[in-house]
Amino acid sequence: MTKKLGLLSLGLAAALIAGCAAPATPAAPAAPAAPAAPAGGVSELTIWWAEWDPANYLQELANDYAKEKGIKVNVVQEPWGTYYNKVTAEWAAKGTGYDMVVGDSQWLGQAATQGHYLDLTDFMKEKGLDKTVTPATLLYYGTYDGKYWAFPTEGDALGWAYRKDLFEDPAEKEAFKAKYGYDLDVPKDLLQLRDIAEFFTRPDKNLYGIAIYTQKDYDAITMGAQNFIFNFGADWKNDNFEVEGVLNTEDAAKALELYRELYTKFMPPGLSNAFFQEMNDAFISGQAVMITNYFAFFPALVNPQTNPNFYDKVGFFSTPPGPGGAQFASLGGQGISVNAYISPERQQAAKDFIEWFASKPVQEKWAALGGYTCNIEVLNSDTFKKATPYNPAFAETMNFVKDFWNIPEFGDLLVVSQRELSKYIVEGTGTAKEALDNIAREHSEILKKAGYLK
Amino acid sequence: MQLTQARIARPQRRRSLTDVQIQVLFIAPTIILLVLWNIFPLFYSLYLSFTEFSVIKPDVPPVWIGLQNYNKLLNDPRIWQYFALTGRYVVTSVALQAIVGFGLAMFLRERFKGNGLITTLILIPIMMSPVVIGLFWKLIYNPAFGIFNYLIGYSVPNSGPDWLGEASRALWAVIIVDVWMWSPFVMLLCLSGLKAIPDYLYEAAAIDRASPWFQFWRVTLPQVAPLLLIAILFRTIEAFKTFDLVMGLTGGGPGDATELIAVHLYRAAFTRFTTGESSALAYIILVIVIAVSNLYVRSLNRIRGE
Repeated sequence: MTKKLGLLSLGLAAALIAGCAAPATPAAPAAPAAPAAPAGGVSELTIWWAEWDPANYLQELANDYAKEKGIKVNVVQEPWGTYYNKVTAEWAAKGTGYDMVVGDSQWLGQAATQGHYLDLTDFMKEKGLDKTVTPATLLYYGTYDGKYWAFPTEGDALGWAYRKDLFEDPAEKEAFKAKYGYDLDVPKDLLQLRDIAEFFTRPDKNLYGIAIYTQKDYDAITMGAQNFIFNFGADWKNDNFEVEGVLNTEDAAKALELYRELYTKFMPPGLSNAFFQEMNDAFISGQAVMITNYFAFFPALVNPQTNPNFYDKVGFFSTPPGPGGAQFASLGGQGISVNAYISPERQQAAKDFIEWFASKPVQEKWAALGGYTCNIEVLNSDTFKKATPYNPAFAETMNFVKDFWNIPEFGDLLVVSQRELSKYIVEGTGTAKEALDNIAREHSEILKKAGYLK
Repeated sequence: MQLTQARIARPQRRRSLTDVQIQVLFIAPTIILLVLWNIFPLFYSLYLSFTEFSVIKPDVPPVWIGLQNYNKLLNDPRIWQYFALTGRYVVTSVALQAIVGFGLAMFLRERFKGNGLITTLILIPIMMSPVVIGLFWKLIYNPAFGIFNYLIGYSVPNSGPDWLGEASRALWAVIIVDVWMWSPFVMLLCLSGLKAIPDYLYEAAAIDRASPWFQFWRVTLPQVAPLLLIAILFRTIEAFKTFDLVMGLTGGGPGDATELIAVHLYRAAFTRFTTGESSALAYIILVIVIAVSNLYVRSLNRIRGE
């Protein structure tokens, strides 16, 4: 009763803020009956995922599964903006609207501690699925509190795209070397990234060196800036959940100062609230020479239909290390989890699907379709690395991904980091150290209240 | 014989329901829906505002904490900062809408060729989705290729201000879009009021040699005032709840420059999922909106009484 009443009250809050959520996408039409009645009596499974290309690729694989096993699998897609709300509403109602959900890594703590996801530890160990994926992806997409709650499905992280034609232009190379004293090439560290951004910034020609995330809505500016914070040697916390002195360091302040410098000096104007779409737009329009984005959005850059002017002039590289050599990349991507509230028969059917999905041939097809596999063998195969221009950078990045908080309080922590980073980087209020001090103080308060810190 | 009985039976069944019962039957579905979807959630969320509760923790029941949520919110300087920002936004935006809307109505009251077409074109912004408008205006404000800076005199790309990226301008950018979108609504109400003014009032004023300004001040404005106030009342309530336009244009940024109270409520309710605290904030907003509305209604009644 409580959960239903809670939902109703949340409805009031929603009414007061006037249509804050877009209408949900209608569920996929009911599938025709499965060809055969499989064991356990489960003939149909439902997976929820966000509305984007990888979900279409998963549906294609699911169609293969239906042919092989006789179980129809529907991948129901929800726009990104309302996906989290849809899933959390289902959690609140302990609903059975989905059998499996491909959820963000940040949701793991919430879903695991509140009982929404099924514990997959024994299953994944028994079937050896934990050995098939890279350790970093297993840690961030699947693990919480030492247990497995999801199988790494769509690997993703922040990477970089650049204009190869400009980087390889002899005149540009010569001018760059004359100015900076080293060869123009893919940046070897974040300081070189800055030099290259500066070099190519030519407002009179409407050309700018770089485009980076600045959006405040959800998590974009945090994901963009944490790349720099990590690679300058700082972190959100240490192993004891201490933030003070770990996040608000001099190195982290230098990282934020660099991020702000890139935004204010070398980025196309008008990108004060920019996320993945704005990054690709800046590149496709020829305004930005280098952009950061999640790998999942790079296919549009090599597609002649969507990037007619530069589709054959684009190169990709991993996030460069910081001045001290630390190299991490903000994690994107998701793992597939099983709904804890469905019947044991359906849970078993869902596990069977995950086991099938994790197999190497299926992972190879997943990668061939355009999905970002986390399978070690597939990632390291030449076939994968040669399949697209961005796959080598992706395979490399998957070894040093790193995430924001994934404890149940991540929403509280994220609101603080988004606000303070946007204030300093975009609004230009205060100093980098003050922004980090504010985040550290508020994060510590949240962690104390939640019992992680004394 | 059977047919006759059936004919007799039918009016008897009709008579078995009294007028009051029929009224109740018609009203009951609405009342039930209202109670279920409006009244009950209203009171239940009031209860939740006195508890610590998160809707996504279904196994953890609400814990009664008395006035702590209200105490915390009302003592949080950031909340007052968001309220002050919202107040500034509401007053500026609604005042401009009243001026622009009334001016447009005065212009369109005159009969001229193409009047109907112009009226329809002016009304288009109201019919569009605020999210779509947000996306359009993001392009319009773009300093590199947007038309806005060009129209205000910056003919060279990138030479004008970054309206959405500068803290001092971002709120104004949202206000301009809100005025563009909703002035036609004020215009529509004022226009209906202007068209309802009887001609003999102007004829009498003309016979008394009243100047156009005197006619406007003593005839036009008093006659339209009730409708203008209703328009302002609606717009004030709506402006307090502005959410989608801000999310489409700035996401509340840069920093906190456009973090209106409704945007902050959204983050509390749907990013942090602090259901108890967000219910308390929703009630604080509700009380403020009701108080402001009451001021308008009193003014409206005073005007009508004159």
